[in-house]
Amino acid sequence: MGQSYSAGLTVTDNIILRKERILPLKGQVLVKKGDKVKGEDVVAETLLPGKVVPLNLANKLGVTPAQLENYIKIKPGQALTKQTVLAETKGLFGLGIMKNEVKSPVEGEVESISSLTGQVLLREPRIPVQVKAFLDGVISDVIEHEGVIIENKSAYIQGIFGIGDETTGKIKVLAKSPSDETKASEINDSDRDCVIVVGSFVSYDVIQTAVKHGVRAIITGGIDDQDLKRLLGYDIGVAITGHERIGLTIVCTEGFGKIKMADKTYDLLKRFDGAHCSIHGRTQIRAGVIRPEIIIPLEFKEEELVVPDAKLPILETGAMIRIIRQPNFGSIAKVVGLPEELTKVESETLVRILEAEFADGTRVRIPRANVEVIES
Amino acid sequence: MQYDEKRLTRIVATDCGSTTTKAILIEWVDGEFRQTIRGEAPTTVEAPLNDVTKGVENATQELEELARLKYKNPNIKFMEDGKFVIPRKGDIGVDAYVSTSSAGGGLQMMVTGVVASMTGESAERAALGAGAIVMDLIASNDKRMNHEKIERIRQLRPDMILMAGGEDGGTIKHVVEMAELVAGADPRSRLGSNKLPVIYAGNKDAQTAISETLQDKVDLMLTDNLRPKLEQENLGPARDKIHDLFMEHVMKQAPGYDKLMSWTVGPDHDQVPIMPTPAAVGNIMQAIAKDESIEVVGVDIGGATTDVFSVFTEDHVFNRTVSANLGMSYSISNVLASSGLENILRWVPFDIDENELRNMIKNKMIRPTTIPSLLEELVLEQAIAKEALRLAFQQHKEFAVTLKGTQRQRDISEAFSQSTSGNTIVNMMTLNLLVGSGGVLSHAPRRHQSVMMMIDAFLPEGVTRLAVDSIFMMPHLGVLSEISTKAATEVFRKDCMVYLGSCVAPVGKGKIGKPSLYAKLELPGGKVWEQDIPFGEIRLIPCGEGEVAKATLKAAPGLWLDKEKNRELTIDLHGGVVGIVLDTRGRQPFVLPTDAASRVPLLKKWMKELQAYPETILV
Repeated sequence: MGQSYSAGLTVTDNIILRKERILPLKGQVLVKKGDKVKGEDVVAETLLPGKVVPLNLANKLGVTPAQLENYIKIKPGQALTKQTVLAETKGLFGLGIMKNEVKSPVEGEVESISSLTGQVLLREPRIPVQVKAFLDGVISDVIEHEGVIIENKSAYIQGIFGIGDETTGKIKVLAKSPSDETKASEINDSDRDCVIVVGSFVSYDVIQTAVKHGVRAIITGGIDDQDLKRLLGYDIGVAITGHERIGLTIVCTEGFGKIKMADKTYDLLKRFDGAHCSIHGRTQIRAGVIRPEIIIPLEFKEEELVVPDAKLPILETGAMIRIIRQPNFGSIAKVVGLPEELTKVESETLVRILEAEFADGTRVRIPRANVEVIES
Repeated sequence: MQYDEKRLTRIVATDCGSTTTKAILIEWVDGEFRQTIRGEAPTTVEAPLNDVTKGVENATQELEELARLKYKNPNIKFMEDGKFVIPRKGDIGVDAYVSTSSAGGGLQMMVTGVVASMTGESAERAALGAGAIVMDLIASNDKRMNHEKIERIRQLRPDMILMAGGEDGGTIKHVVEMAELVAGADPRSRLGSNKLPVIYAGNKDAQTAISETLQDKVDLMLTDNLRPKLEQENLGPARDKIHDLFMEHVMKQAPGYDKLMSWTVGPDHDQVPIMPTPAAVGNIMQAIAKDESIEVVGVDIGGATTDVFSVFTEDHVFNRTVSANLGMSYSISNVLASSGLENILRWVPFDIDENELRNMIKNKMIRPTTIPSLLEELVLEQAIAKEALRLAFQQHKEFAVTLKGTQRQRDISEAFSQSTSGNTIVNMMTLNLLVGSGGVLSHAPRRHQSVMMMIDAFLPEGVTRLAVDSIFMMPHLGVLSEISTKAATEVFRKDCMVYLGSCVAPVGKGKIGKPSLYAKLELPGGKVWEQDIPFGEIRLIPCGEGEVAKATLKAAPGLWLDKEKNRELTIDLHGGVVGIVLDTRGRQPFVLPTDAASRVPLLKKWMKELQAYPETILV
């Protein structure tokens, strides 16, 4: 076999993106097809059902569930304030002496009343939820009551792992080279609201300093497992992230440990130093993979917005690859051979391998599973 | 409906996993059923193809191509115009097509009960036995406030809910209260916008009240109480209902499954329902345990989850657990978080920087498809696998118990031993067969490594046979048993199982270096192996697959070899591709020295004896 498919992260200076922005529940779409939007614009909104508060009214009144109907003052669907009396007993001799009254603990409405259990369910007011555009672009489609599809032309970088949700900001490259490691002392108030690029590694101290100075996001080659644990207060067991609230978003382009940022990634960020970007750390490494993204919108004409068919990068002789496991983790090499037969590697595992050549001319044999193709 | 070999000469079976669709061909060859060819292709349930049948077609195409090569017959074809030709007509077609599925995250359920450890656990057992992942168990007594339970139900978005609670004639109020919480949460299904299927399998006297509470909110189905009496579980009807709903509601929502469901038929075009993958594995394990009258434990360690199956006691009680976050790639970091670094490092025979190891594990988590190329990394991954297996089995033992909350008469010895209901039925001493599957066990570079991982993680006691599922064929055979138990069990024995050998492990304490086990093995060919093995050692005696050694075993005082606590045993030991392992490291307790200076030389000695790794790493 002369070629095969290989997963890889996309790093490109020019891509047509098509993003769905969908509400968690049906609601109202606020824009129309053809509208131009900015990342911060709200494109759709809805009201989530309010929190349900169960209350055993029979117990509160000191009556049996079957007796409850004699005392209840509300009915399903009725609006409630905190002053609404839900039920009351008539008191001694029906004269109101020592009467027991239960008021609603919440505002909202009555969901249900059960004469079998004596339980009432009260529902708090609906909670408004808004979906922002996230990226600057044009509304290419509206999914009625659900959301929109936004398209644009961007420079685009996929990270390997991240934490923290969507944000936007100006890119500021602090690292002097892809292997540089920005120090905490190099971050100051001028970085407020920026997306800073710190090189091969970000330490706990640097992250804390960035939070202090109002940095919106950090782009780094690597992060240390223990620093991450300290930051979050727990160990990440399964890579499903994006919901963390640590004061900023972090995107790792390479992985865990100190790993030089890929030249192509660094060069692209350097080229767009000062540009506005949309960034998120959401990661999900299971079926339906989600990787962190850095989106730098470019000027475009609408006729350019043709999304090409998705295609997997091809591993073939001459392709540039990045090694994603030891030995030589992080190194870049060129594929010089793709032997068909299974080959025994040092661990004695029989695998399909490839032969690769480093820039200095040395050659290695690596399991194909341990490389990713760098798209040209 | 069962068919014999006259009606079933050629069968295609597939398992549509989350990432790969695996197809096998089973044929009636020279008077027996054999698995002859295997093919695979990426699963196509997600974008851009959004049709599971494409992956099935691709995997079947590979089977066809390999069959043409194998039989040097260019006319062989199983499908025509994108459909299976059933029944077979000469070179064209097959007699049946069956399939399992775990694509799209499998079957995800939530269960409810009144008392968590009683009806709640029974509901959990029914759901797990049906092949589901149980996302949460919500019970009247689970210490969460009612509003927290409602929030939880709302967040989860399961594929379906199974509600239990109350024995027949027992509490109605608590069961209905739980239904009110479910109604209040207004739960939504994970796939599609239809009403969420809810099965009620609790107190039959509460059925009317449950219907009144839930019928407008959910798609409610009523079935027999799964715990009609405290001392009786009746899981069958609830499990059947789960399978029906899995087909009708969950599968139909997944892209292409409508078409796939029309494909899975027997020779008479009767539908053979698609089964959740773990349910099919449970099927075949039970069939084998019953067929051979043995007790079996099976484990499938995947990238994200580890499933453990067991069949114990004379009544062949089946249990399954899913450790949803113990696995070797997606969940590898969670193994570290659950076991602690020191428990992983206790299996590693060399020094390693702890930070480096932590980062290595996280890198595997974010790049789950990479494989250990360096020997050191392989040793580390296998150390992690031992802990994942140990933790998953621990969870299984805690779950596979006698019914809790029952009253029974105890004899005087039980009263003294404080035995109560809720004891585990997993008994390593009576276990006959331990089967491993999943990449790290089935594809270890040396089968010896699989033996080592299974012994260290499960700590089998007495005499236990060890095997691995060669190519993870158990799901296919499980669903095949629906139309031919004969074909399924024959293929299971001949092609699915790779017998590794047997492990003999005396139970009890001893002192390192003191005598613990005398063993005399009469091997095939007249060779005799005889030794007094000190405590704290391992011996590996070669004895091939299909061979049997006649063994005379004598344990030292304080150690025993079977459930009757016999110290002497004359027994046939089955060989395998690795051989017979005599393990005198002790059980109950099995103790590893805590200080690395004493532990590492022991690990190296054992690994060397087991031929687990090349000597270079063990010097």
